[in-house]
Amino acid sequence: MLTEISAIAPQDTRDDVAVQIDGVSKSFSGTVALEPIRLKVRRGEFLTLLGPSGCGKTTLLNLIAGFLEADEGELFIDRDLVTQVPPHQRKIGIVFQNYALFPHMSVAQNVAYGLRTRRVPKAETAERVREVLALVKLEDFADRRPRQLSGGQQQRVALARALVVRPRVLLLDEPFSALDRNLRSAMQVELREIQSRLGLTTVFVTHDQSEALSMSDRIAVMSRGRIRQIGTPSQIYDRPENHFVSTFVGDANLFAATLLEKTDATASLDIGKTRLSLTTFQEELPEPGPVTLFVRPEQCSLTGLDQPGAIAATVALSVYQGSYAELHLDCSVAENGRVMLRVPASEAMEPGTNVGIALPERGPAIYTTTERET
Amino acid sequence: MKKSALDHLLDWSGRILLAAILGFVLLPFVVVAIASFNDGAILSFPPKSWSFRWYANAFEYRDFGSGLVNSLRIAAIGASIALIAGAGFAYVFNRYDFMFKRLLNTVLMSPLIIPNFTIGLGLLILSAAVQLPRSIWLVIAVHVVIVLPFVVRSVYVSLKNFERRYEQAAESLGGTPLHVLLTITLPLLLPGLISGALFAAILSFNEFTASLYVVNQRTQTLPVAMYNYVREYADPTLAALSVIYVAAVAAMLLLVHKFFRLEKVLNVD
Repeated sequence: MLTEISAIAPQDTRDDVAVQIDGVSKSFSGTVALEPIRLKVRRGEFLTLLGPSGCGKTTLLNLIAGFLEADEGELFIDRDLVTQVPPHQRKIGIVFQNYALFPHMSVAQNVAYGLRTRRVPKAETAERVREVLALVKLEDFADRRPRQLSGGQQQRVALARALVVRPRVLLLDEPFSALDRNLRSAMQVELREIQSRLGLTTVFVTHDQSEALSMSDRIAVMSRGRIRQIGTPSQIYDRPENHFVSTFVGDANLFAATLLEKTDATASLDIGKTRLSLTTFQEELPEPGPVTLFVRPEQCSLTGLDQPGAIAATVALSVYQGSYAELHLDCSVAENGRVMLRVPASEAMEPGTNVGIALPERGPAIYTTTERET
Repeated sequence: MKKSALDHLLDWSGRILLAAILGFVLLPFVVVAIASFNDGAILSFPPKSWSFRWYANAFEYRDFGSGLVNSLRIAAIGASIALIAGAGFAYVFNRYDFMFKRLLNTVLMSPLIIPNFTIGLGLLILSAAVQLPRSIWLVIAVHVVIVLPFVVRSVYVSLKNFERRYEQAAESLGGTPLHVLLTITLPLLLPGLISGALFAAILSFNEFTASLYVVNQRTQTLPVAMYNYVREYADPTLAALSVIYVAAVAAMLLLVHKFFRLEKVLNVD
């Protein structure tokens, strides 16, 4: 009931913003690392900055933390202007990729560090350290040294150390990349549980798109110092706004096509010798001419070569994946010569088999070809 | 896995080679150590009869005692000054960019190229020109100039390998720059600082050429006292003293090892 009331109750919309980035940019000796960025992180939100290395995501995180100074623009945390404020006064928490636990201190001393700098009384410090170590299930490890802990345990200490000071924002810099796969997914679930329990505003940096899709409330996809799209994981996956986002998040099949005509979201186009009419999710389509047609593997299906609208392809490789098989097809009209789709494992086909690909009538997207980039 | 004859051969020839290298390195010291127990008054090898009397002489000879005290004082004070100045230089070099940085670096490293006697001679001329007394502080000044590059290098390398994330984590937790320096940076750099100071102290303790120019009878260091001794006498006292010398430096290293593991200090861990 409570949530329904607060959902309709009028709110100060500014109060909903925990971090506001207003045209912040950064260059390193003439090379632009970050174009002017505008971004609002909502209170309690788990926002992911996703992109390949060198896209500016870590630079943006370092700017929020205060480790770097912005060339221009303003930065607000909880409505306070912090652009010029040094890191130790920003009241943020950060967990690094290698955790950066202080090797000369015990687990408890590591966790207590942020309380000591704030001159929290001894008794309260001990209590809060105990509480937060219980939260990350490390009560029994208080007296150990960091090097005596496993990777997962070290990460929990790093998290506890950041959480104990009740930060206004939690910053996570690729914290899972040093963990092996099983531990990684367990830690992802655990972190997400703690984060939502505490209602902690979190900015998470990663290059791993599946991690971003599974953990985030919203994702900002970045490349070349710009935010290319921001939205919920399903918006990013189902409705990528441009060529870059479509290929960086999830698997994409891309066809070289010629756009003949368009009315609203419906287009008529040629792919090789095949003429198709499609309805996309896009509000605006590119101008007629050479374009890229984007279709997710799960939207493609196999069909007879003689069917209308079928695109000719040849099975190159079938990769068994347990519950399904990935079929990699040679296809002359695909942008990189290959198309991938998934079929039940029992329907895997021998290499060399000629097949037809059927494209959906609704759902794909059309991008201008010139926009390709990494 | 079973070893073949060739493996055994390589294994043994490797051991012999290793022993040969060690023997070659240690040979001078072994010869001197044996000669120090020679009973005769002429430094000869191998000895015909044995005695401890040159050890007694080494301890009784006045100049050696005062030279040792001087050398220890100079090494301790000089290494401390070099450590503080060198660590400061290294920190500034690592963390800040400024004009003439490369020039300053070159100047700072120049004692590596300029021979010690030039440094000693230079400071001697200078001190005479400004009528500075030839006190122990002049000797210390010469030693600081000579050992400073080693300290700067040593600290600079540990700063370069230092993970900045530690400091950033501490800052994000509310640590002021000074607090972070005292609680994080300095404790983690300690092995580098110790090794810098250690090298400085040993270099200073062994320094001879430059010292020769700037000492007088009152401030002469142990190596200079030894040099003066050998000009007058040719008995095995110096051999005995060499053994004492090596034992003293080894004791110093052991002391460091007791508090800070030497592997860590020397960065071979």
